[in-house]
Amino acid sequence: MVVTFNLNGNPVEVEVEGRTTLVDCLRHQLGQTGTHVGCEHGVCGACTVLVDGEAVRACLTLAVQAEGVQVVTVEGLSREEDLTPLQKAFRKHHALQCGFCTPGMLTTAHALLSNEPTADADRIREVLSGNICRCTGYIPIVEAVLEARSAYPGGPPAGDAK
Amino acid sequence: MKLPRFDYARPKTLREAIGLLGATDGAKLLAGGQSLIPVMAYRLAAPPLLVDICDLEELTRITLSRSGVSLGARVRWCDIEADKRLQEAQPLLVAMISHVAHYQIRNRGTVGGSLAHADPAAEMPGFAVTCDVELVVMGSAGQRIVAAREFFLGPLETVLRPDEIIVEARIPAWQPGRRWGFEEFARRRGDFALAGIAVFFDEDAAGRMSNAHVGAIGAASYPRRLVAVEDLLNGQNATAEVIEAAGQAAGEAVDPMDDLHGSVEYRRALVSTLTERALRHAAGLQ
Repeated sequence: MVVTFNLNGNPVEVEVEGRTTLVDCLRHQLGQTGTHVGCEHGVCGACTVLVDGEAVRACLTLAVQAEGVQVVTVEGLSREEDLTPLQKAFRKHHALQCGFCTPGMLTTAHALLSNEPTADADRIREVLSGNICRCTGYIPIVEAVLEARSAYPGGPPAGDAK
Repeated sequence: MKLPRFDYARPKTLREAIGLLGATDGAKLLAGGQSLIPVMAYRLAAPPLLVDICDLEELTRITLSRSGVSLGARVRWCDIEADKRLQEAQPLLVAMISHVAHYQIRNRGTVGGSLAHADPAAEMPGFAVTCDVELVVMGSAGQRIVAAREFFLGPLETVLRPDEIIVEARIPAWQPGRRWGFEEFARRRGDFALAGIAVFFDEDAAGRMSNAHVGAIGAASYPRRLVAVEDLLNGQNATAEVIEAAGQAAGEAVDPMDDLHGSVEYRRALVSTLTERALRHAAGLQ
């Protein structure tokens, strides 16, 4: 069946099977391989994308369920060549090593800070508990997200680390 | 794993959805899919047809009235979290739902989906049993109302017939001044509970407990009230001694599973501790 939705600002129309998950549709049919597939049963968070601004697991969402929605993947976070402030903060704080979990971390943190720009370290940790990283130990990731808050409307001023 | 093949339907009305469920043997309802899709990915289920109810907007409402709170079956965990009215209207619900799964899953998982899935460790079924929730169910034979305590039969097993849809959970009104507590233990917040205990009680003028409700999750094959513990509490003041005795009784009253996450003995001990903590929270003792 045919599903149409908006992907990173552009309308897309794609033929899928009912059983095709959104993440497989994005990667295999639309060539957007930034979104990663880890556990494929909703535990690791690597496949997190934004659906109508909300962070969801793209391995637990069928492509047909994306009919008419706005999907944003890691490719769509930055419209320009430059990285977003959140991505820059990840680089500055060495918040990734192998990078496999990073697309899911970025999309999850972006959704969080867009809705809760004053989230404290505890809240950030709670939200990121749905994303598994096997390299960094999370501390640099939390530091990066804390720092990036200042770039979001309503976020604390730059340099506020609480 | 990739999902098994299935047909997909997206009905526009509840009647159409019920008709589709009734017409295909083994058809399943798809709401948020946060339990169903993993079950299918593990190939524990291979329904020939998924009936997606995402167009049934009437199931997304949260309604507050004098008789209580009604949650539409498609109300999501994040909707409960965002509805600030519920913090006063149903504080135990809000406390329990805050433990459900992780951020991304909370954006899609639904009340009706969790009830129909009937995981023994899930919070929503536990809340429904503890708080005398009534489930409004629609099928080809019409509407029926099932008490939550009669709804669950075992792990992933309910009285729901193949062509029936949960449309609404009716929560009785919360009495002013009611005391409550919820304690759950999971290895990581958001993971499945190894056990959880929900309690509430009212108090008479002399401070004695009445109408005590104690519910356990993760401690049997389905959520259930611990009547022996409730009997022990009713008519007593919530003293440290009574609470300790209640904790002991709770550990003896449950019928926990033995699995790789915890032995029977461990879970009984956990239930005792959680019961004591929940009651201390309810009674305002530290």
